[in-house]
Amino acid sequence: MSALDPATFQDRAARRARLFTTINKLDGWFQVLGLSFVTPLLRALAGDNPAAQMRHIWRLLGVPLLAIALFLALWGALAPRVVTSLGAIPGPGAVWEQALVLHSDHVAERAKAAEFQLRQDERNAELVASGQADRVRERAYTGSPTYYSQIWTSVQTVFFGFLIATLVAVPLGILAGLSPTANAALNPLIQIFKPVSPLAWLPIVTMVVSAVYASPDGMFSKAFLTSAITVTLCSLWPTLINTALGVASIDRDLISVSRVLRLNTWTKITRLVLPSALPLIFTGLRLSLGVGWMVLIAAEMLAQNPGLGKFIWDEFQNGSSSSLARIMVAVFTIGIIGFALDRLMFALQSLFTFSNNR
Amino acid sequence: MIRKLAYSAALLAALAAQASADDLPEVEDLTLGFIKLTDMAPLAIAYEKGYFEDEGLFVTLEAQANWKVLLDGVIDGKLQGAHMLAGLPLAATIGFGTQAHIVTPFVFDLNGNATTMSNEVWELMRPAIPSDADGKPIHPISAEALRPALDAFAAQGRPFNLGMVFPVSTHNYEQRYWLAAGGIHPGFYSPDNSSGQIGAEVLLSVTPPPQMPATLEAGTISGYTVGEPWNQQAVAMGIGVPVATDLDIFPMRAEKVLGLRADFVEENPNTVKALTRALIRAAMWLDESDNANRMEAVEIISSPSYVGADPAVLANSMTGTFEYEKGDIRPVPDFNVFFRYQANYPFASDAVWYLTQMRRWGQIPEAKPDAWYAETAQSVFLSNLYLDAAQSLVDDGLAPAEAFPFDSDGYRTAPAKAIDALPFDARSPNAYIDSLSIGLKGDQRVIGNEVQG
Repeated sequence: MSALDPATFQDRAARRARLFTTINKLDGWFQVLGLSFVTPLLRALAGDNPAAQMRHIWRLLGVPLLAIALFLALWGALAPRVVTSLGAIPGPGAVWEQALVLHSDHVAERAKAAEFQLRQDERNAELVASGQADRVRERAYTGSPTYYSQIWTSVQTVFFGFLIATLVAVPLGILAGLSPTANAALNPLIQIFKPVSPLAWLPIVTMVVSAVYASPDGMFSKAFLTSAITVTLCSLWPTLINTALGVASIDRDLISVSRVLRLNTWTKITRLVLPSALPLIFTGLRLSLGVGWMVLIAAEMLAQNPGLGKFIWDEFQNGSSSSLARIMVAVFTIGIIGFALDRLMFALQSLFTFSNNR
Repeated sequence: MIRKLAYSAALLAALAAQASADDLPEVEDLTLGFIKLTDMAPLAIAYEKGYFEDEGLFVTLEAQANWKVLLDGVIDGKLQGAHMLAGLPLAATIGFGTQAHIVTPFVFDLNGNATTMSNEVWELMRPAIPSDADGKPIHPISAEALRPALDAFAAQGRPFNLGMVFPVSTHNYEQRYWLAAGGIHPGFYSPDNSSGQIGAEVLLSVTPPPQMPATLEAGTISGYTVGEPWNQQAVAMGIGVPVATDLDIFPMRAEKVLGLRADFVEENPNTVKALTRALIRAAMWLDESDNANRMEAVEIISSPSYVGADPAVLANSMTGTFEYEKGDIRPVPDFNVFFRYQANYPFASDAVWYLTQMRRWGQIPEAKPDAWYAETAQSVFLSNLYLDAAQSLVDDGLAPAEAFPFDSDGYRTAPAKAIDALPFDARSPNAYIDSLSIGLKGDQRVIGNEVQG
């Protein structure tokens, strides 16, 4: 068989066509994950008009990389010019170094925890051997939280607060959207409480949590609850407003359908209202999570919840020469996690909604 | 492997020592609070060197935001014990501030504080301070040298603000003692007015230690009295000059103590004994071989979860020197004393001194008889608990018997000299109070804005 055999030629063409189709389908996923530059790369590699793909690759990958490089260069050049009493503002190199130090601190702490576990096991074995098996105890290591556990605490807190906010805001939003009377009742309260800053809520929330959550052995610590509830109070407004808007703007024909079919309220809400309003609800959820993440850092700083906010505050109080660099590591971490959370919500939104514009 | 063997040997020794079940700690998991100051070192060392674990205690050390939060934590029970200012248990027990019976079986350290003035004030003070042959200022510097600065501020209509860490802190009393010895009135407290600024020439207010350098730089205060590393930090940052350490003002006095609630101590005597033993061992390690271990201690406490300042700044004061003006480093070997000179023994005479200062400035509003001072001191500074723990360490061969004052009656035999050379006899506190020139005397009280009686 020669290369010009029509059968192989057709096979190859069919395979290429299938490859292009696969890449086009995957493009949807790459967009969601923020990796939209991968598609033109794959297309170029598969041979689909490589020259034209170059322009796409330049716009989607080249320009952002250049902008980031330019930013780093500017930062590296300008930062050492500003000298504070804690030393000059650190450049990208110093910040990267501190990121590595934080990682190695984490590794060292894990090693200490492993040694503690070994000692504990030995201790327990000796107790059993000497006939005192009732004194055997299993304890967690009591070292201070490392950077990664602080990140995890922050993420847990923001999701907890966000969850409570969603549970409060979505039903209220549906109520406000379906009933103009409820909307008129809720509207002034929403407008007044929406602009309140988290720092203003914090003292009140702290006092209430201290009074109501009296036992120190509960499942959550008071600082955790205070931070989470502050996140709730500040982040429930976008969800509430967007849900109300989404529910209120359902197609009138669909409402008539529900009347004709005499659907009960529960079926109407779950089969009609929620699916139609989902795009706007998800927009609200995405905005709420973004606001919540911003509010969390401030709330943690003041409530002393052991997360990223407390990390920044403690570094500031320590006043060592590496404090500014470590605070900047935290700033970048907060930004990257915020971006990741936003992408997560965007992905969820794409999964659950069907519309022409994503 | 060697470490494991050594650990097993130590463990067996410890287990053997805790032979009977009555010796075991009642509570094994403890949360202890501290403030980010170098003298929290015994807690960090006891944790990192395994002394707490040897005693069967599993301790979490938590840094607190400020002294008020720390005191509330101990009173609420969130913290079982804490690194406290020596005045805190006394003030809480007599009811100045939140009332609670807080006691202490262990003193963390002696000395360790200094007073720092901003560069502006130092420039105004310098001409009034005599210089030695090299042109460097002669220490100790009396507060009389502050008078030109006060006059300059008064001429500009600016108030002269000083920071200290807490109304019942050792720093407050030291700062006031220094000012009064130089003829400057630091202000009275009254039952209605707890600002402490009645009749004051300088206004003393509270700032948490980690925020002091920033507040000094911003100009909100013109000086502060605080423990380390915040004085050396000011020198490193180029924003201030330390003018007096407490070795100059009133040396060899209990600085920080281990504060515990009285009911906790009653219910858990074995736990308290184990805690005291571990801390004594840590203190011994810190002063061992003429401060040989101090550099290692500096490395340990420079971790962000303990004090967090740069090791170079911490090392300045912890290793036997002190930097006054930038570059003017002088040897001060007893700046931090953790074990020498029987530092950990809770002397009732130190407690009586703090009580006399509380009375002098009006925090204790009425005169009290000498017996009251002695009783209050002995109900808070529990020296018998300390001696029990010390004796058990001596019996286990972990400490030398000569280091502990087993025969003491609670009163220091040779109180050191203060900056104004006034003698202090702890057995006659009222006579001492009357001998101090500035301050309430006899039956005087502060009513409204004036002193009556």
